[in-house]
Amino acid sequence: MEKSHSESLAAAEKELENGPLKERLAKKLSEHRVQVAVIGAAVLVFGTFMVLSPAVFLRPRIYVAFLSTAPFFGIMALGLTLILVSKQIDLSFPSTMALGAFVSASIFAATDNLLLGMLGGMSVGAVVGVLNGILVTKVGIPSIIATLGMMFALRGAVHVLSDGMSISLTALSGAPLRNVFVGMSPIGIPAQSLWFIGIAVLLWFLLFRHKFGDHVLFTGDNESAAQMMGVNTDLTKTLVFVILGVLAAFAGVLDSLRMLRWFPTLGEGYLLMTFGAVFVGGTSMFGGAGTIFGTFIGTFLVGSLEAGVIAAGLAGFWTRLFVGVLILVAVTIHALLSRR
Amino acid sequence: MSLVEMKGIHKYFQAVHALRDVDFHVGDNEIVGLIGDNGAGKSTLIKILSGLFPPDGGEMYIRGRKIGPKRYSVKRAHSLGIETVFQEQALGDLQPIWRNIFLGRQPTNALGLLDVRKAREEAHYVMTELMRFTGAGMSVDAPVRHLSGGERQGIAIGRAMYFDADLIILDEPTRALSVKEVGKVLDFISRIKEVGKSCVYISHTIIDVFNVSDRFVIMDRGEVVAERAREDASEASLIDLIRNTRT
Ligand SMILES: Nc1ncnc2c1ncn2[C@@H]1O[C@H](COP(=O)(O)OP(=O)(O)O)[C@@H](O)[C@H]1O
Ligand SMILES: [Mg+2]
Repeated sequence: MEKSHSESLAAAEKELENGPLKERLAKKLSEHRVQVAVIGAAVLVFGTFMVLSPAVFLRPRIYVAFLSTAPFFGIMALGLTLILVSKQIDLSFPSTMALGAFVSASIFAATDNLLLGMLGGMSVGAVVGVLNGILVTKVGIPSIIATLGMMFALRGAVHVLSDGMSISLTALSGAPLRNVFVGMSPIGIPAQSLWFIGIAVLLWFLLFRHKFGDHVLFTGDNESAAQMMGVNTDLTKTLVFVILGVLAAFAGVLDSLRMLRWFPTLGEGYLLMTFGAVFVGGTSMFGGAGTIFGTFIGTFLVGSLEAGVIAAGLAGFWTRLFVGVLILVAVTIHALLSRR
Repeated sequence: MSLVEMKGIHKYFQAVHALRDVDFHVGDNEIVGLIGDNGAGKSTLIKILSGLFPPDGGEMYIRGRKIGPKRYSVKRAHSLGIETVFQEQALGDLQPIWRNIFLGRQPTNALGLLDVRKAREEAHYVMTELMRFTGAGMSVDAPVRHLSGGERQGIAIGRAMYFDADLIILDEPTRALSVKEVGKVLDFISRIKEVGKSCVYISHTIIDVFNVSDRFVIMDRGEVVAERAREDASEASLIDLIRNTRT
């Protein structure tokens, strides 16, 4: 019986595939139009940079620089993509980043054990996710308000706990374990970008090829439908907050490892960059749909603007203007594309 | 022993007393027509039966075994062979047909990774064999929002059929369907009867329900106000019953 189902689908697909080439191409393009649009944006932005400052943008150095800085907010942007797919929002992750890295640095300072510190920091990130999840699903506070409160509360806690002082991690300079996370990999690109790629692949499988991702998609698309089919949507939302919490703590650990110092202001500049990366990539706030690939490319687009603006000979404060314009243009294009 | 038995069920939505001391049962191989005006409480009753939310009072038995409301859920109902096509259809508009059909019980490997191939093949089987969809070039990858009202209902019913339940609950399944599509649904209900399974068929119009049901349960304002076996009822008498309760 099963065999015949498989043959029958194969036959039906064959029929579709035998259609005119032009139609098939158009169908593939329209299926992946968000991805095509974001690639188009990337070509446009980098093309412009190459024209404006070929000396910088036709050499690999600048790209290695992007690969070393963009992953810190890119890792969080991947987690934020899942949040938006589930039709939630999270504003607390920059503070979670600071708190997770603080706990990690403190444990390391006390025990000299980096892995133990990381484990502790990421556990705290998970706890923050659980708290966000409880506030949203059990108390019933809209996620934008719950996580706004969490953002302020955690930032305050970080300053109180650290007494506003930074923590030196110079003891780790040259430590092999540090190189695993933020060193230069043997293939000549920074290790943090390999982690970023690895997490992107993992989250793609989780969202589009795992049962859990199915639940995330339906929770964002039609929450009551998901419940009627037996999905625990409260648990699903909570787990999505936990994923972002853990990733934010991990990103915080990486960032402080790279700087060899933890600062109480860690993560403060990342809120808009992270949202920018997700929106430029083509994930909307409407829920039920999103693209990990788009966020991946969006991260490099947003991350490249600052370096690009400076290399093109403009003052640094132009960056925000460009990031803003890029977000508006990208979101407009995505909105026009999805209207069809 | 009834397949399903509900006794003294109460349900409140804040101030609204949506179900008042409702008794309801479904026998083996029985088609029950549950009728009543809009707002009578029909959907609320079957949502409790299907595990979507617990009652605020009363008892429930499935095949004679008492069901603890705390441990009951949609998943549990599915595993006990109770399948529901909700009035709201319960579809994710942006998701492809194959994901909609398997939502909540996806074929996976031990790691929870989806067996996409199997899901798509079985979804194709549901569309072509079970529901006999004929839409040219309709693909299991098409998002549900591209479907017509009848096709959407077809997906919701096909999904319930596929999982081969002992009791299928259909809440207003013919609403927004064409005459031909209504015929398909009625055929499906007759088939349920033929293969020895049971069905609760909810409607606020009597005409469709009348021909396929073995027994009628009439609800009004949260209460069961009358029950009639098929032999003792005529369409006119049922219409009268509903009208009279409304005065
Ligand atoms: N989720 C809910 N929240 C609040 N009130 C509800 C809810 N569901 C149903 N009701 C109320 O319960 C009563 C019965 O509704 P319902 O069971 O949908 O009736 P029917 O299916 O017979 O048309 C109505 O007064 C309705 O407004
Ligand atoms: Mg109803």
